[in-house]
Amino acid sequence: MLRVEQLSAYYGLFQALFEVDLRVDEGECMALIGANGAGKSTLLRSLVGAVKVSADSVQFDGEAVGGASERKQLKRGITLVPEGRRLFPSLSVRENIELAQRHGRPGRWDTELLFQELPALAEVQNRPATALSGGQQQLVAISRALVTNPRLLLCDEVSLGLSPYAVDEVYRLLNMARQDGMSVVLVEQNVQRALAEADRFYCVQKGRVVLDGVAAEADHHAVANAYFGV
Amino acid sequence: MLSLLETLINGLLLGALYALFGIGLSLSLGVMRMINIAHGDLIVLGAYLSSVIVLNTDLDPLSSLLIVIPMMFVIGWLLQKLLFNRVMGRDPLSPLLLTFGLSIVIQNLLQELFSADTRSLPAGDLALQGIELGGVNIGVLPLISAGISVLAFLFVAHLINRSPIGSAVRAVADDQETARLVGVNDRRLFAYMAGFVLVTVAVASVLYGMRTPFSPTAGPERLIYSFEAVVLGGLGNLWGTFFGGLIIGVAQLLGARIDTGLGPFFGHLVFLVVLIARPEGLFKAGRA
Ligand SMILES: Nc1ncnc2c1ncn2[C@@H]1O[C@H](COP(=O)(O)OP(=O)(O)O)[C@@H](O)[C@H]1O
Ligand SMILES: [Mg+2]
Repeated sequence: MLRVEQLSAYYGLFQALFEVDLRVDEGECMALIGANGAGKSTLLRSLVGAVKVSADSVQFDGEAVGGASERKQLKRGITLVPEGRRLFPSLSVRENIELAQRHGRPGRWDTELLFQELPALAEVQNRPATALSGGQQQLVAISRALVTNPRLLLCDEVSLGLSPYAVDEVYRLLNMARQDGMSVVLVEQNVQRALAEADRFYCVQKGRVVLDGVAAEADHHAVANAYFGV
Repeated sequence: MLSLLETLINGLLLGALYALFGIGLSLSLGVMRMINIAHGDLIVLGAYLSSVIVLNTDLDPLSSLLIVIPMMFVIGWLLQKLLFNRVMGRDPLSPLLLTFGLSIVIQNLLQELFSADTRSLPAGDLALQGIELGGVNIGVLPLISAGISVLAFLFVAHLINRSPIGSAVRAVADDQETARLVGVNDRRLFAYMAGFVLVTVAVASVLYGMRTPFSPTAGPERLIYSFEAVVLGGLGNLWGTFFGGLIIGVAQLLGARIDTGLGPFFGHLVFLVVLIARPEGLFKAGRA
């Protein structure tokens, strides 16, 4: 469904990604692995239109969609859970989720369904979103993405800094979404976890894809080398 | 004593009008992170529009708002769409320079069209009517102005805190980049906001024009009063702007009791003192 071809991305004169090629198939979970500063976030942000790239470098259902606005990508069904959660502090939990729902696609996921699945969030729905614990905030951030009913969900470091219990909660929610056939891209510091959750993986190093393969067959030594750039 | 009370009340009523000037500035600062230097000149423009309508029809200034409000909305919408959106989100200096230029353009345009003479909007009987409350005399026109200002603040507070549009506005104010990620059309939102800001400007300009004469160069002074109200109240705090306006109004009229020419100076003095004591303004920034 998603095909990235020769994608290069820049911040001003600085080139962060160099001719990246990759694909995500319908219903699949893909893990993006790489050290800090490798360009993982930049890649995800390029897919949703927050970093401008050439039209041909991002193809969604065979259509060249690179460089389109965030709103257009959202309508096509590409949604990002940004690094660091980025909840709106002036909005309550409910307002954070409803705002996204109003601008997203219609579908099964909505605020009420999420509160049903996550009763702990329902209890604090009227509190400012950033007043919650890190784990709950992350669940809000993912909920905010799910209610746009994406076909491709991009998750940037969704388990960073969370307790093991909170990490499991996050993945429980993601797996619920995957059961609906949603495709997922995972950027994850915990390489073991990423490979355990994903079908396929790509390793990114200094803006280039250096290794890819089927997650279950991944040679952990090779992945570690790709990760640390040995 | 009674006359002091009268000054105080009149100061509050005048201040409510300054607060109404400030509401738009507060919104553009708090949400769009932009200072519109031409804010005062747009206030004067609104007064001239009303004046032209009053002179050419049999509408009085207040009814002229039926025409001035939609006109100002369109002007605000267009300015944002055609000019401000182009320079926003870059460095903070660009909007500053652009609106400074706009300020000069509006002043010169008004001077070309209407000469440098001062005008005022005919308030008719309203200017003379007053009510007496326990020996204190209060003008009906200032009372109406203050009432409208309070209503405007209540409306905007409700809009921002309780409506779906309001949550989009707060989201953009919190984090514009992420607001775009959840699908908020920030540029369109800004255009409508700029239109709405000029609606508040239209109302304020007609009410003020009915009590104070204006000329093409009167804009900067009005900008300063609005700015003082906004900064005094704490940036991004809507009700702070309201109380900031009240304080400036009271300070001006108390100052004018000492010497008629000293009114505005006292307003500035209070502003300066507060700013030195509490650089972040009197009230906490944040939730509108
Ligand atoms: N907004 C930005 N402006 C300039 N350079 C940036 C910006 N964001 C990221 N970079 C640079 O781009 C490179 C890739 O960053 P990023 O995509 O955040 O990496 P990762 O998510 O893999 O840690 C880094 O060298 C980083 O310093
Ligand atoms: Mg990153």
